[in-house]
Amino acid sequence: MKAGRIGLYAFLLGAALFFSIPLLIVVMTSLKPMPEIRTGSIFALPLAPNFDAWVKAWMSACTGLACEGIRVGFWNSFRILIPSVALSVMAGALNGYALAQWKPPGANALLTALMLGAFIPYQVILYPMVKILSNVGLYNSLPGIIAVHIIFGLPVMTLIFRNFYAGLPDELLKAARVDGAGFWRIFVEIMLPLSVNILIVAVILQVTGIWNDYLLGLIFAGRDNAPMTVQLNLIVNTSMGEQEHNVNMAATLLTALPPLLVYFASGRYFVRGITAGAVKG
Amino acid sequence: MRISGLAARLVLSPTVLVTMVCFYGCAVWTAYISFTKSSFIPNYTFNGLAQYERLFATPRWGVAYSNMFIFGILLVVGALAVGLMLAIMIDRNVRGEGFFRTVMLYPLSMSFIVTGLAWQWVLSPSIGVQHFVRDLGFPNFTFDWIAQQDRAIYTLVFAGVWHQAGLIMAIMLAGLRGVDRDIWRATKVEGIPTWRVYLGIVLPMLRPLVVTCVVLLSVAVVKSYDLVVAMTGGGPGFASDLPGKFVVDFSFERANIGQASAAAVVMLGSVFAALAPYFYVELRKRPQ
Repeated sequence: MKAGRIGLYAFLLGAALFFSIPLLIVVMTSLKPMPEIRTGSIFALPLAPNFDAWVKAWMSACTGLACEGIRVGFWNSFRILIPSVALSVMAGALNGYALAQWKPPGANALLTALMLGAFIPYQVILYPMVKILSNVGLYNSLPGIIAVHIIFGLPVMTLIFRNFYAGLPDELLKAARVDGAGFWRIFVEIMLPLSVNILIVAVILQVTGIWNDYLLGLIFAGRDNAPMTVQLNLIVNTSMGEQEHNVNMAATLLTALPPLLVYFASGRYFVRGITAGAVKG
Repeated sequence: MRISGLAARLVLSPTVLVTMVCFYGCAVWTAYISFTKSSFIPNYTFNGLAQYERLFATPRWGVAYSNMFIFGILLVVGALAVGLMLAIMIDRNVRGEGFFRTVMLYPLSMSFIVTGLAWQWVLSPSIGVQHFVRDLGFPNFTFDWIAQQDRAIYTLVFAGVWHQAGLIMAIMLAGLRGVDRDIWRATKVEGIPTWRVYLGIVLPMLRPLVVTCVVLLSVAVVKSYDLVVAMTGGGPGFASDLPGKFVVDFSFERANIGQASAAAVVMLGSVFAALAPYFYVELRKRPQ
């Protein structure tokens, strides 16, 4: 029994090591100068940790011909993120409320269609979407990529909020309607105040999802609005000459930092989000 | 009342439109292109299955398509095994559960681009594990799968399991916590060993969750794109190519929209094949 417990903890600690090693390596390497990386081991602690590589990654790392650092991508991602998250969460909340509380005819059909739609790989949709967006003049633009994020966010967001609002008692809506409140007033005054937790879950899910997106940003955002993930891949995988591993890893960390912070700050909400979001695939 | 019912329908109408046009309309459009003579621009002359015949005669597609199965089977089995093991271990009333859960779940918050790059460095022969072990005094140690034609695809599995195992752990742990305490009490009285209770009683009870996990992972496999772009770029050559990357490359870089569409339709078919077990379970539930 005792030996079993020790084995159990040994296994778990081994697993924890497996999960943390890639992050530890990236952190440690980003704090070393290049000569130390060339001669030393990737698992060695930095001799004299410094943030030179971070500064270079942020200010002057090269993405192709432009050497303005990953900060350009950071601000692009930020400009994409805020409206996309706000609008897609709002759309999901409204849809979920309309579907679950008002039960219009065809509600279930729409829900099934949305859920199945979420399983269609982006690759199947990309080319026609590019055609549609260029026809309306939104291809390669900030509003274009925001619209794409809202569209692809619709199924999960709608589903999360529908499940939440379907769990509320029907009497809430009935009583409010007897008092003469309409669709919008009930939503704003009764439903939204009840939805704080699920709103947090939805926001976290969309913040991490949209920040981490690569494919949609690559195809729809255009060169001037390329998000951080796209710029990061350019910095690391297309650079000429000797690889500056410390700068590359610092750029990687800077890109990973916002969702990591969200994760560590939000804990349980994040887990609820991914398991709810996981159902969409 | 009438007016309010109208409001709900009005609110939903953009979603109905978007679902019809952007999800289904676009998918049908792509499917249609795949049956035409399109090459670098759409050419809507019907051409039967010619695109598919050409696609499956293309060596790069052959590699990408069979890679999807290698990567898929290993990732599903690997992530399920690791995730399930971790969930069972954590369920054994360990101290520091919060710590272990946090460490195992953080990879999920990172993008596949970041995941791919981090693993590219860990597995890089010049700075990663191989370099490290050689420095320890084993100058002949070789671990360069990421640079090997016939091994690169397996390195994607490491990164994939690393990223997804936490999700499986979280789902399975929730399932384990829902198992009736009485079952544990009863089996303890009977003196049945713990591992047999898990294998014979608890896991069969969790079968619907296992099906969910398999479906989730399989769909993720078919959709995989970012990971391979960041980690191997599909290389060496196109040895670690996957259908997701094939379609994007042929749509936008190689500009062969006919081939890209045919490949995309095969991807779509694969997703629905991966969903089949789920529908099977759902349909069997209905009649009772």
